[in-house]
Amino acid sequence: MGLRIIKTIGSGVGLALLAPASLHAEWGFNLTPGVTDVSRSVYDLHMTIFWICVAIALAVFGVMFWSIFHHRKSRGAKAHHFHENTLVEVIWTLVPVLILVGMAVPATATLIKMYDFSEAELDVQITGYQWKWRYDYLDHELSFFSNLSTPREQITNVAEKQENYLLEVDRHLVLPVDTKIRFLLTANDVIHSWWVPALAVKKDAIPGFINEAWTIINEPGIYRGQCAELCGQDHGFMPIVVEAVSRDEFDAWLLTARAEEEAQAQAAERSWTLDELMQQGEQVYLQACAACHLPNGEGVPGAFPALKGSPMVLGDVAAHIDIVLNGKAGTAMQAFRDQLGSVQLAAVITYERNAWGNSLGEAVSPAQIARLLQSADGEGEQ
Amino acid sequence: MSTLDTTLETHSDEHHGPARGLGRWLFTTNHKDIGSMYLWFSLLMFLVGGSMALMIRAELFQPGLQLVEPGFFNQMTTLHGLIMVFGAVMPAFVGLANWMVPMMIGAPDMALPRMNNWSFWILPFAFAMLLSTLFMTGGAPNFGWTFYAPLSTTYAPPSVTYFIFAIHMMGISSIMGAINIIATILNMRTPGMTMMKLPLFCWTWLITAFLLIAVMPVLAGVVTMMLMDIHFGTSFFDAGGGGDPVLFQHLFWFFGHPEVYIMILPAFGIISQIIPAFARKRLFGYASMVYATASIAILSFLVWAHHMFTVGIPLAGELFFMYATMLIAVPTGVKVFNWVATMFRGSMTFETPMLFALAFVVLFTIGGFSGLMLAIAPVDFQYHDTYFVVAHFHYVLVPGAVFSIMAGVYYWLPKWTGHMLNERMGRLHFWLSFIGVNITFFPMHFIGLAGMPRRIPDYALQFADFNMIASVGAFLFGLSQLIFVWNVIACVRGGRKAEARAWEGAEGLEWEVPSPAPYHTFAEPPKLPESVR
Repeated sequence: MGLRIIKTIGSGVGLALLAPASLHAEWGFNLTPGVTDVSRSVYDLHMTIFWICVAIALAVFGVMFWSIFHHRKSRGAKAHHFHENTLVEVIWTLVPVLILVGMAVPATATLIKMYDFSEAELDVQITGYQWKWRYDYLDHELSFFSNLSTPREQITNVAEKQENYLLEVDRHLVLPVDTKIRFLLTANDVIHSWWVPALAVKKDAIPGFINEAWTIINEPGIYRGQCAELCGQDHGFMPIVVEAVSRDEFDAWLLTARAEEEAQAQAAERSWTLDELMQQGEQVYLQACAACHLPNGEGVPGAFPALKGSPMVLGDVAAHIDIVLNGKAGTAMQAFRDQLGSVQLAAVITYERNAWGNSLGEAVSPAQIARLLQSADGEGEQ
Repeated sequence: MSTLDTTLETHSDEHHGPARGLGRWLFTTNHKDIGSMYLWFSLLMFLVGGSMALMIRAELFQPGLQLVEPGFFNQMTTLHGLIMVFGAVMPAFVGLANWMVPMMIGAPDMALPRMNNWSFWILPFAFAMLLSTLFMTGGAPNFGWTFYAPLSTTYAPPSVTYFIFAIHMMGISSIMGAINIIATILNMRTPGMTMMKLPLFCWTWLITAFLLIAVMPVLAGVVTMMLMDIHFGTSFFDAGGGGDPVLFQHLFWFFGHPEVYIMILPAFGIISQIIPAFARKRLFGYASMVYATASIAILSFLVWAHHMFTVGIPLAGELFFMYATMLIAVPTGVKVFNWVATMFRGSMTFETPMLFALAFVVLFTIGGFSGLMLAIAPVDFQYHDTYFVVAHFHYVLVPGAVFSIMAGVYYWLPKWTGHMLNERMGRLHFWLSFIGVNITFFPMHFIGLAGMPRRIPDYALQFADFNMIASVGAFLFGLSQLIFVWNVIACVRGGRKAEARAWEGAEGLEWEVPSPAPYHTFAEPPKLPESVR
């Protein structure tokens, strides 16, 4: 064990010495130059200021260590008696001001560029949820959630961790290259922050407010990021994956994605057996509910109530459906009506009522949920 | 009749010593007793907060969840931050001020001794309340030491109410301590000590005290608004009721940024006492040091939104806060240049206090450079809320504030105890701490730039190597603090007898009284020594 630690330190120090060679690696020791013009100028700004700091450090620490070496008592140094010099003090006040002005000019130019939100060709609304992202393609009637897809076994060290551990999701945010994309950011519960380093976009998603950001991606590829603002227990488990594709591929993807959505809506109309619902319900539960209520339904006392043996779950089915669909105000319990399809909702409610020793033996049908959702939407529109 | 006269006379001539037993500590109004209690309390909190940091680093040793659940991890990061800021660093500086300010300005005690007692004794209760939340249902506060709403209001565990009251108590304690220091410095200087002859430690504390009085009420206000939102149906921070979560951040950082300087200005003061003593040369640019400290304090009220570059403030706001923040580099640079110029052509020796002071100058400056990088708003979009920020503020707080406190303790310990410290142990402590702190925090620059967000209990595989190195460094740094504890206790119990001027080059009134300093010093205002006049 000790040897391994020493080896790790050794290799770490060795790698640190090699750092300049790997400056351009996407994930390494340094900021990524990214794949947009903005991220490139941010990177250049970062390096410029870094080197200015290095130069100042060398000068200041140089004088300091020179004094430490030469003006030691042990070398017989006698203390001089000067203790002020107006000219020197004015110089070392004014020179830093000039250096700072030199830094501020390119910084201001980059910032003004980043704040130009005009003439976007595609609008994507990004909504932060505890602990997943929702993407709405506003002009294309397409919307979906994007969840962490790393299996729990890898996180708990039961299974071996794969290459993109914690940075993989079930549905990518697919975006076209060479297109000005405007992001409209908001949140459903607490503040989140949407960050993709390769795009140099980090913007807070704030409940009740809408923030703007934009990007033009130059190269197709997969770009990974994470939530950057502490948003509760699973803040570390809500990654972002952007898939940049050519414009043609993007149009084709839009068509298939919409077709899939319709197929799902129709699935609600056929009849489902209890077993089918239980099977699908378990998957939905693990992905949407288990973070708080735990995979075994026992919850966290004082924070998240248990579902196993819960009077709420075992009681009136209408109340149970209501809390899943509409959430509970003032608590972490979200409204899932817009997050899950009617099949998924029916499945997860059925699952909760029949798992971990809860055994009511009755299924909630997808059609029933679909009707509920439709009538509520109708009321909303009137 | 004659006996009565004698007793009266002896009573007025010779001061009574400390009371006996527990009562001495409970009811004391003596600045030295209260200073010691502050320092011991802060040491205890430093060890408690440090253990929490080690728990965090142990979990982050490898990717995957090994030791703690994510919810508990968040409680640890929150309590670690709160305890280190409010329990370790701030009380340590107040303790040093209590001990040293009256002795440096030739005053018999603090101006308001009873309030002094009270402001200390609030603290143990405040922190007992804060720590008790660990045992409550739902757990301790888990929303980070910056407790952003609505995570800390609507979505908070029930213990948040105890947290709010603990913050209130810490705030009251700080404000009383600050009032006391201002009253003492402004009114109780010995004749002839004009403001521009005040030792720099007193100057920096005076300015810090004004910062405390200005911003602690804002903190009290913001936690009270949280209390209202949680229990009394208001919606200050809830958009659903017409409020704004970003308002919370503006209020918090209007407190929070000056708070950063509250934790570093007294450190500047300590370093400005120590470097001249061991360079055997007067501090270079005394007047510019005072003006630089005041400029930093004033600017600290104008830069708060640089913590919030990503919340979506308008372009004009971003530019203003970016420029104002960059400007702080100027007075800070002046200070560093002055310290280096003090060493230049001096006659330096490198006892333990000086080693810590030199490390402070280098490592604090590194923290200053990363601070300058963070000030550049467009690049901050990449740095914000990553480990680069964690590296930055730990460089200014650990080898910054904490090293300055250790330098100050080692420097003044002979005056407090009458014994010289064990120099070999002191140097061992220094080198292990210096190496440990850099192994811990330097790699965090790299993982931050590479894209690791802060406050996460588990991370992607490309961050694994540097995290492991940082964890090893953290345990080295943490465990080497036990040498410090041992050294301080050993010095209290015995050691080589210290002279009144324990260090050859030390200047100032505190070195004119015997070591250990008598229970009561300067019943009569002293004459300023030649060197200070």
